[in-house]
Amino acid sequence: MAEQINQKENFLKGIIKDNPVFVMLLGMCPTLGVTSSAFNGLGMGIATLFVLVMSNIVVSLIKSQIPSKVRIPAFIIIIASFVTIVEMVLEAYIPFLFEQLGIFIPLIVVNCLILGRAEAFASKNNTISSIIDGLGMGLGFTLALTILGATREILGNGSIFDFKFLSDNASTLILFILPPGAFIALAYLTVLFNKTTSSKTN
Amino acid sequence: MDYILILIAAVFVNNIVLSQFLGICPFLGVSNKVSTSIGMSGAVLFVMTLATLVTYLIHQFVLVPSGLEYLRTISFILVIASLVQMVEIILKKVSPPLYQALGVFLPLITTNCAVLGGAILALGLEGGSLLKAVFFAISNSIGFALALIVFASIREQLELANIPKAMQGVPINLLVAGLLSLAFLGFAGLV
Repeated sequence: MAEQINQKENFLKGIIKDNPVFVMLLGMCPTLGVTSSAFNGLGMGIATLFVLVMSNIVVSLIKSQIPSKVRIPAFIIIIASFVTIVEMVLEAYIPFLFEQLGIFIPLIVVNCLILGRAEAFASKNNTISSIIDGLGMGLGFTLALTILGATREILGNGSIFDFKFLSDNASTLILFILPPGAFIALAYLTVLFNKTTSSKTN
Repeated sequence: MDYILILIAAVFVNNIVLSQFLGICPFLGVSNKVSTSIGMSGAVLFVMTLATLVTYLIHQFVLVPSGLEYLRTISFILVIASLVQMVEIILKKVSPPLYQALGVFLPLITTNCAVLGGAILALGLEGGSLLKAVFFAISNSIGFALALIVFASIREQLELANIPKAMQGVPINLLVAGLLSLAFLGFAGLV
C-alpha cells in the first residue's frame, strides 16, 4: 500500500507541485515557440511525453552499465535516438504538424526537461517508477503547453483547436499569436498558477 | 549586400531569442547581472561559430553524400557536445584568462538550443555557402548578445523596483521579455 501511495504522488508531482513549465521553468524554448495554437501545443507536448518516457525507460534499464563520467553524453545519445524516431514518424504520418513545429522537433534533444529527468530521476530509480515519473512530468508539460496554446489561440484568433467561435471580421488581439504574446501570456498564466496553488496549500 | 541583409535580419528582425525563442534558458537563467551576460554572450559567440562551421562541413561532406540526412540531429548534438568539451580543454591550456572569463558558461552551452538551432537553421539558408553559414552564426550570436545584455540591464533596474508579490521573480521577467520582444517586433518588415 505504501508503494501505491508513493507512485500516485510520483505521478501527480509532475502535474502540479513540480510542474515543469510553471514551477521548474524547464523546456522554455518549445513552450514559447510552438504554442501559437492549442493543437500545436498538444502535439509538441505529446512528442515530448513520448521521448521523455522512452528515454526514462532506457536510462533506468542501463543505468548500471554507464560509467558515471560519460553518463551525460550517453543520455544525450539515447534521447537523440528517440527524437529521430519522432521526427521520422511525424514527417511520415502527420506532415501538417511536422511543418508547424519545424525546428522545434530536433530541438527536443536539448529540452532540459528530458535530460533533467534522466539525470535526476531515471538514473537513480527503477524502471516502473521512472515510467510513472516520465508520464507525470510529460503530462504536466503537455497540459501546460495546451493551456498556453489555447489561451493564445482564444485571445489572438478567436478560436480553440481550430474551431472558430467569432465571426471572421471580428477583431482579436493578434498580439497573442505573435512572439511577444507568448512571453506575456506565460507571465500571467504563471501568476495565476502560483496564486491558485499557494492558496490551496495554505 | 546579401551579408548586410543576413546581419540585420538575424540581429533585429528574426532575433534568435526574442522572435525565434531559441536559447531561452540562458536568457532567463544568466541574465541577472550585466557582467555575467557579457561572459555568456562571448561563450555563445565562440561556440556557435565553431559549431556551425563544423556541422555545416559534416552535413555537406559526410551526411549528404552518404544519404544519412536523418542522422542530422544525433550527429549535430554529438559534435556540439564534444566541441564544447574540446574548447574547454584547449582554452584551459592555451588561454587561462579567457578560460576564467568563459569557463563557467561553457558546460551550459551544450544544452543551449540556440547553438543546435542555429546550426540547423544555417543549413536552410538561401544560396547557402560555408562562408554564409558562418556569417549567419556570428550574426545570430550578436543578436543573442544584444537581447541578453539589454534584458540584463533592465533586470538590474528591476531589483530596485516595487513589484506586487504575485508578480515577483519569474512572471515579471517574462513580462519584461515580452515587452522587449514587442519592441523588436517594430523591426519586422525591415528586410
